Amino acid sequence: MNRGKRQGTPYDEKGKMKIDWGSFKRVLKYLSAYKLRLFVVALCILVNAIAGVIGSMYLKTIIDGFITPVLKDNMPADLAGLTGAILFLGAVYLCGVVATFFQNRIMVTASQGVLKRVRDDLFSHMQTLPIKYFDTHTYGDVMSRYTSDTDTLEQMLTQTLPEVLSSIIKITSTLVAMFIVSVPLTFVILTTVTLVMIFSRRIAGKSGRHFVGQQKALGDLNGYIEETVSGQKVVKVFNHEEATTDEFRRRNDFLCREATNAHKYANILMPIMGNLGHLQYVILAVVGGALAVGPGWLTLGAVASFLQLSKSFTMPINQLSGQINAFIMALAGAGRIFELMDEESEHDDGYVTLANVNIDENGVITESDTKTGKWAWRHPHGTGEVTYTPLCGKVEFFDVDFGYNEEKIVLHNISMYAKPGQKVAFVGATGAGKTTITNLINRFYDIADGKIRYDGININKIRKSDLRRSLGMVLQDVNLFTGTVMDNIRYGRLDATDGECIAAAKLSGADGFIRMLPEGYSTVISGDGSDLSQGQRQLLSIARAAVADPPVMILDEATSSIDTRTEMIVQRGMDALMKGRTVFVIAHRLSTVKNSDVIMVLDHGVIIERGDHESLIAQKGQYYQLYTGAFELE
Amino acid sequence: MIRKLLRSVREFRINSILAPIFVSMEVVMEVLIPFLTARLIDEGIDRGDMGRVLTYGGILIAFCAVSLTFGVLSGANAAKASAGFARNLRSDLFDSVERFSFSNIDRFSSAGIVTRLTTDVTNVQNAFQMVIRIAVRAPFMMIFSLVMAISTAPSLAWIYLTVVPILGIGLGFIMTRAHPVFKRVFKTYDKLNRTVQEDLRGIRVVKAYVREDREREKFGAVSEDIYRDFSRAARLIAFNAPLLQFCAYFCMIMVSWFGSRMIIQSGGVDFTTGNLTAMITYSMQILMSLMMVSMIFIMLVISRASAERIAEVLDEKPDIVSPEGAVTEVPDGSIDFDNVTFAYSDRSEKPCLDDVDLHIKSGATVGIIGGTGSSKSTLVQLIPRLYDVAEGSVRVGGIDVRDYDLKVLRDAVAMVLQKNVLFSGTVKENLRWGDPDATDEQIERVCRLAQAHDFIVAHPDGYDRMIEQGGANVSGGQKQRLCIARALLKHPKVLILDDSTSAVDTATDAKIRASFAADIPDVTKIIIAQRIASVEDADVIIVMDDGRIENIGTHGELLEKSPIYREVWETQKKGGALGE
Repeated sequence: MNRGKRQGTPYDEKGKMKIDWGSFKRVLKYLSAYKLRLFVVALCILVNAIAGVIGSMYLKTIIDGFITPVLKDNMPADLAGLTGAILFLGAVYLCGVVATFFQNRIMVTASQGVLKRVRDDLFSHMQTLPIKYFDTHTYGDVMSRYTSDTDTLEQMLTQTLPEVLSSIIKITSTLVAMFIVSVPLTFVILTTVTLVMIFSRRIAGKSGRHFVGQQKALGDLNGYIEETVSGQKVVKVFNHEEATTDEFRRRNDFLCREATNAHKYANILMPIMGNLGHLQYVILAVVGGALAVGPGWLTLGAVASFLQLSKSFTMPINQLSGQINAFIMALAGAGRIFELMDEESEHDDGYVTLANVNIDENGVITESDTKTGKWAWRHPHGTGEVTYTPLCGKVEFFDVDFGYNEEKIVLHNISMYAKPGQKVAFVGATGAGKTTITNLINRFYDIADGKIRYDGININKIRKSDLRRSLGMVLQDVNLFTGTVMDNIRYGRLDATDGECIAAAKLSGADGFIRMLPEGYSTVISGDGSDLSQGQRQLLSIARAAVADPPVMILDEATSSIDTRTEMIVQRGMDALMKGRTVFVIAHRLSTVKNSDVIMVLDHGVIIERGDHESLIAQKGQYYQLYTGAFELE
Repeated sequence: MIRKLLRSVREFRINSILAPIFVSMEVVMEVLIPFLTARLIDEGIDRGDMGRVLTYGGILIAFCAVSLTFGVLSGANAAKASAGFARNLRSDLFDSVERFSFSNIDRFSSAGIVTRLTTDVTNVQNAFQMVIRIAVRAPFMMIFSLVMAISTAPSLAWIYLTVVPILGIGLGFIMTRAHPVFKRVFKTYDKLNRTVQEDLRGIRVVKAYVREDREREKFGAVSEDIYRDFSRAARLIAFNAPLLQFCAYFCMIMVSWFGSRMIIQSGGVDFTTGNLTAMITYSMQILMSLMMVSMIFIMLVISRASAERIAEVLDEKPDIVSPEGAVTEVPDGSIDFDNVTFAYSDRSEKPCLDDVDLHIKSGATVGIIGGTGSSKSTLVQLIPRLYDVAEGSVRVGGIDVRDYDLKVLRDAVAMVLQKNVLFSGTVKENLRWGDPDATDEQIERVCRLAQAHDFIVAHPDGYDRMIEQGGANVSGGQKQRLCIARALLKHPKVLILDDSTSAVDTATDAKIRASFAADIPDVTKIIIAQRIASVEDADVIIVMDDGRIENIGTHGELLEKSPIYREVWETQKKGGALGE
């Protein structure tokens, strides 16, 4: 996880903390689903805080009402009154305990409920994001929103928010009590508290600056670790362990210095706050004593109870300042979560959908509710009329331009067509735009200019999910999911029977190795199938596409890791698989694309040659040179 | 396990010891301060004695200053100790990883090692800092407050003596019930992360097959599990606070009740109002520190998993180490495999290499051909002893590879791996991996040999051009040629190319082989290739099939006697070897 690159740290460049109120509002919105419960929680906090304040003040009542008279004025001890007072205090405390209990229990449900909804919303929204988003964000960056950011949010909901609320209630109620006892002393305490707060903010700011530095150093070190550990085998082969370790130590030491400073300032904050609190107590005692003894503006009892109150005042303030960091950090985390939720979803204005149909001998198409095995595009028109076009797999490009960003166009003026059942191959160097073209057909990206038609329909009019359902994709990097081999094949079509999955595996040549696995088709694949070889994974992914049975297939370096001999064995299956389908093939091995109906040679986003193998060889152009090995590919 | 990790504290031992010592002293001050403020009220304010107020005020300020000093010192030391501990731990982990053999690395996977070095170390660092500060502070605070409370009013000690055990049992009960639920929650968290990770990596597959809803369902099920389990655990933990509060209030009421009666009965002689307020403060402190202890307990449970994962790496013994009295000189580049059997794991039923017997003369050029999974790469990885044989022996220069010093052996046997990696840095820096002291002339020489010089100087920055992580900004063929040059710079006696010219065009490939033959005739060259053309003119060609040597011979001989070789040759001739 590259924390150094993460956005939305709670500190700006100068290390000053900033509060993200927008995110706070949205957290509250999530909480509002639990309005009634939260109302009860707030009530409980109030009861609890008041019980605490009454408790600390009531001691004074006991001393003044029942003890002092006995000691000072030799009055007879009012034991019954004392018992009553103690019982009253007990009842108040009991209310506090019960309130705490309900507050905690209810808060668990509310906070965990909110977290679940945040997670579900986050994931759900992530599924709608365009591929572009995943191109521009690292896995670690996205993952951290599910892990550390959600964790800090949880911390905030379960601990920080209730504590902040109860601190505020305590502070307000003691403040009122203090004003009642003595206005001048209250101003004294407010001045000292303000001074303490300013001082502590300065230290917190220093700590914040170093925390930013620490995150940067950590990101830097993590990047280095990732690079060297994943290239560890090369390190070994070159006896390069020492040099690598030296560089690691240098970065590690730097991180250590930054971390020491960041934690040092954070650690000393508490003792400073605590002791300044004591200092303030002494100042109050001296000032209060002077006011009482000298001009006699105050009674001694008032000074004593004020001192008691000052403790009830500084304690929640210290608590609050301890929580404020957690609060800001959590909001920064929440900000990152909401940032993902605010990312724009894929646009889909498509209204042409796929429908199960019956086609009679006259070619008349009627829609069917049951599965017929025949599909057609259902095209509703503005007039209310609905037309049906049979699904064939014809793909046409008209003057298509495309760029991943507006400044840099990577495909220029691409025009081509693939008739149903044709095999079209793309050949060219890395970066020539081969994969990009196939990513436009399934609308992973939208074109800048020109038109793409599928069975004569502009693909912008086709609902994306239906468009993609009519296209099969096999990519060079195979992604498998935790589950059995069978589950992974069935991913292509969820209602496929076991028999259909096995037939697809046989067709693609995967059946042989699957049967060799310890539990055959029931073998559980974990960790992205890291136990399987790259070639075996590619065979599985071909089987997955085969079971989906789409009229158009895109094979992007689908057999690159299968050696030529195995590819030959698989070839028959592949040929069977491609039969009757429109197939787009990208392959670096020219033997794979040789028998295509059309081969397009791409260079820097332009089709420079096109034709079948024989005609291209006869042209003696770029393709001929590639084929004879005069040029290197990739 | 904990002790193993603590060994990494080393030079920060002093800080790690000072931090809790200063914390303890800070605690002493913190306990004495309420004692003094009680005096200030009793003897100063209550009696209206300004002199006393000032005296106690002065003493209090002095105590605050001392307490502040200790607090700051403990905070600073704890920060230094924990950051230093993390540094050493990371360093030790990295050192162990550097000592790992290939099979050790395979066992943990790169991703697993990276997580341990990053997230897990951070978790342990935070736990360590907490232990040396708060975990010392809380029990110390409790004991000291207890001592003060009991010495102030010995006759009230029974209140604490009854409440503390009840509280301890109560907290223990809740924690033991919650612990298994927490453990389950962590497992479910792993599942959640895995689901997200798989979805992220496979997002193109998800979208291509329109499986967004299925992924949502999958995630929803896991997130529901977390909600249920976590709520259960948290509901149990929710008993903690009210239980604690109940005990705290119980103590205070008892102290107030019996305390007031004592004051009244003794007429304020044995027990004063100041004593009473101090007792209540002590009660609070005792119970607060118990609360801390229970929190620390939860945190330790959480960090324990990380500590275990780190210990796994530290405990892992490198499979391959240099023997004592190792041979430090490789005589020549001859290679012998004597009845070698090898398997990646002891549990595999079928060995990857089965009874391989092979003898290669120094300076020979050897080609290896075979299908996916025929163990070509496995065979050559045994030569620089990247793995150890299960049975038989591998000799280089007539000496068993297990008798060599590893560094010497691997310097003599240069290998270009199938999975080539270049590192971020300049071209020159990458090449110098082969020989850190290489001169510019030497670098240029090997680059010419590997046919890399021309494309390097074609770039405006030439040899100082920056290579991005993983070599992302050079083409596959260029990357392979740079890797070959890097290996050549080691001046090896044996050079192994594991499918290292697959992306290089046939003409350049031929030039590389020609320069090998002309310029490094004494070096034994082993070339694994998919293209027959790359090995055709080798002195001897080995055909591998299913972990065994199917046939050995020259190109002409193999066309005669090896059906596999003939088959491959024919498909490739048909498929595209027009230029040959």
